[in-house]
Amino acid sequence: MKYRIDIERYSPEKKSYIESFYYETDSETETVANALAFLNAKSNLKNADGQDAEPIGWECGCMQKKCGACAMVVNGRPALACDSRLSRCGKVIRLSPLKKFPVVRDLIVDRSVMFENLKTIKLYFEDNADFGEETAGIAYEASRCLQCGCCLEVCPNFIAGGTFTGMASAVPVTRLFAELPAEKIKELSKLYNKHIFEGCGKSLACRNICPAKIDIEKMLVNSNAAAVWKRVFRHQEGVKKWKNQDLK
Amino acid sequence: MNKINIAGAGLAGLSAAISIAEAGFSCNLISLQPSERAQSVLAEGGINAALNTMGEGDTPEEHFQDTMKGGAFLADPNAVEGLAYTAPEIIEKLLTIGTPFQMDGKGVVLRNFGGQKKKRTVYAKSSTGKVIMTALIDEGRKYESSGRITRYPHHQVLEILSEDRICRGLKILDTYTDEVQYLSGPVIIACGGLNGFFPEFTTGTVANTGDLAAELFSEGVEFANLEFIQYHPTTVAIPGKRMLISEAARGEGGRLFIERSGKKWYFMEELYPELGNLMPRDVISREMTRVLARDDCEGPVCLDMTGISKKTWEKKLSDLREEIREYLSIDPAKEPVSVYPGIHFFMGGIRVDEGHKTSMENLFAAGECACQYHGANRLGGNSMLGAIYGGRIAAQSAMKLEHENYEEKTSYHISAEEKQDFYVSPKSAAELKGILADSLGIIRNGDDLNKGIERIDNLLKDNNLTAMEKKRILLGKAMILSALAREESRGAHFREDYPEADEAYRKTTVSRMGDGIEIYFRDIPERRESHEIQN
Ligand SMILES: Cc1cc2nc3c(=O)[nH]c(=O)nc-3n(C[C@H](O)[C@H](O)[C@H](O)COP(=O)(O)OP(=O)(O)OC[C@H]3O[C@@H](n4cnc5c(N)ncnc54)[C@H](O)[C@@H]3O)c2cc1C
Ligand code: SF4
Ligand code: SF4
Ligand code: FES
Repeated sequence: MKYRIDIERYSPEKKSYIESFYYETDSETETVANALAFLNAKSNLKNADGQDAEPIGWECGCMQKKCGACAMVVNGRPALACDSRLSRCGKVIRLSPLKKFPVVRDLIVDRSVMFENLKTIKLYFEDNADFGEETAGIAYEASRCLQCGCCLEVCPNFIAGGTFTGMASAVPVTRLFAELPAEKIKELSKLYNKHIFEGCGKSLACRNICPAKIDIEKMLVNSNAAAVWKRVFRHQEGVKKWKNQDLK
Repeated sequence: MNKINIAGAGLAGLSAAISIAEAGFSCNLISLQPSERAQSVLAEGGINAALNTMGEGDTPEEHFQDTMKGGAFLADPNAVEGLAYTAPEIIEKLLTIGTPFQMDGKGVVLRNFGGQKKKRTVYAKSSTGKVIMTALIDEGRKYESSGRITRYPHHQVLEILSEDRICRGLKILDTYTDEVQYLSGPVIIACGGLNGFFPEFTTGTVANTGDLAAELFSEGVEFANLEFIQYHPTTVAIPGKRMLISEAARGEGGRLFIERSGKKWYFMEELYPELGNLMPRDVISREMTRVLARDDCEGPVCLDMTGISKKTWEKKLSDLREEIREYLSIDPAKEPVSVYPGIHFFMGGIRVDEGHKTSMENLFAAGECACQYHGANRLGGNSMLGAIYGGRIAAQSAMKLEHENYEEKTSYHISAEEKQDFYVSPKSAAELKGILADSLGIIRNGDDLNKGIERIDNLLKDNNLTAMEKKRILLGKAMILSALAREESRGAHFREDYPEADEAYRKTTVSRMGDGIEIYFRDIPERRESHEIQN
């Protein structure tokens, strides 16, 4: 099968342009990442018009969906290049950089804002964590976030630099809620409410995007329960089992 | 004192940074990519510590013994003692920062891993590295917020600055803006293994190029035990790399077999009744190569996981099953998976002593880029431990240095010519890989190694090589020369022309760039009587 890959490219010198490349393979399992690596390995890369082309800027690491480096927009949908099988993408494939972040070069974007956001919501333990068998499962799931940014790309409410920090911080913060001693939850809840709960429209447009297949809804339900509803639930008779119900 | 500079933000770099910050010092944490992208997140099976929560009476001394034996007695016993005896405390520390290890009502659960008779491996399904990294990244963030850790993500360390063989700092390039900057102060190298010397052939990340190691080698920094490369017996080829099937699969009951005269032959169980499928990795990889070469056997070797219980799949290996389904379209609970050994870990690297000091003053190294702890072969679960512990020890050594102040030079925009010096073309990387893979296979011999040297020397004749390409080829040559000099078989290094271990070679292989590449052997320290962990 011969694929045409149209890439939205950018460099400070050439600004934005679209350049197409051909890539041929019969493999069912090769991905966009394999195609990009192959093209860049050529000593004189030619575009689809046969003209000389510069190597394509993209970030990569594990080639196994585990590091989040290669996130980009594939045919209009944010995805990991190493998780995008060519055989499922159609004969003409459009690649563009994630739009929520400043472009550095071609498909490389500067995702620094994601890491800054994690500082804003104070994603760390001031003192020790406190957890057991029951909460380790939730903490495990929350720990798996790749910081790839795919969820932010589809979120209608996330803007880089805005107050709302999006699902890429809501997911990892669930680990803190699962592991913080009860008396320490208050301060985190304030930050959570301000930066996550109040900004999130709960449309769950981000739900099926996560390449790590994290159960985003479950994470939200848990954090909301701890941060937003906890006090209410604690003071009401008969609903003391809130935790168990919400953890299901 | 200047800040301590840490090159690399995987387990070793993060551990060093946190240790420094906890002690009230400050550091710069420089990495090509954010920590979330470091190879450490790929680690699957687990991390070793003699916690004895399984009632098997495990002790740190046994962990020490197993590690020394696994490494064919080539590791520094005093360093390994520190590692094994500190391991339980490291796990405790990881728990206090919220690493969600697998637990039951009684506490942390341990699993079996190769080369160890007792359950000693702490884990979180098959994503142990990822969850440890998440916890350490978050812990580091606390100190980023207080200013003790300053991150330089998307920065490439180009070279170290040295004066009269004393390390004075680093030269780094912002890969987003092309600005070059100098950071002065002591340096801890934590840049990971030499995966980039074997692109597509390893289970690791392509982002660990090995370029910084090559740079240091050409600066005259000593390397050690470069001939010891671990082939993991159970990997599968997927486009662009080799995918690991974690040792946990065998720890939980996976069995290797090959078809012999039309029947499944579980060769490891027959050849090694005691440890069977959990023999150290070098032994299994070699046996696989041997059974594949037999006339009465028909490959491939398969990993049979069909006997693993439903509960174990669900509770302990769900992500592994998902991964195999996804990449190979096979359900491992129902069908065996064909496997082949792949390059997985580099035991050798920058030569460091017990305190993680390199041969250059003010320069330290930890993690997979350094030679410490694993000797001639590493036990599964010991390298994450070695990276975390080593990072900590390197930090302690660096913090002991006298206060010194060096001048910071001003930054500049890198020129096209200078950038070219650090460029490595995919073609050059592939050529070097071809030679190294041919000479440094699972079973080696003098002829192949000599041929490798010849081919390397031919590569070096090319006048169009960039400076970095040349440096990489020289480090590659040192790997082959080390294998040639070791005329015996030990651990991961097997020479069919010298199939036995020879006590005379129970020494560290050192390689160094002088006028040419020099190889010599260095005595291994005796274990101290005091059992005191020093550094
Ligand atoms: C698939 C797989 C499974 C594994 N499973 C296990 C396991 O179950 N148990 C176990 O104990 N071990 C396991 N290992 C091994 C273990 O994960 C590694 O040895 C360990 O994590 C290495 O950590 P590190 O900090 O030394 O390096 P890395 O995590 O590789 O980090 C290297 C860092 O250096 C940076 N860097 C590199 N070059 C430069 C440069 N020039 N400039 C700036 N920064 C640079 C990188 O960006 C990165 O931040 C596994 C390895 C793999 C590949
Ligand atoms: S639920 Fe909607 S608003 Fe909330 S993070 Fe997801 S996409 Fe954004
Ligand atoms: S939640 Fe999922 S999509 Fe969002 S950053 Fe984490 S891994 Fe990526
Ligand atoms: S390269 Fe790591 S997720 Fe794609």
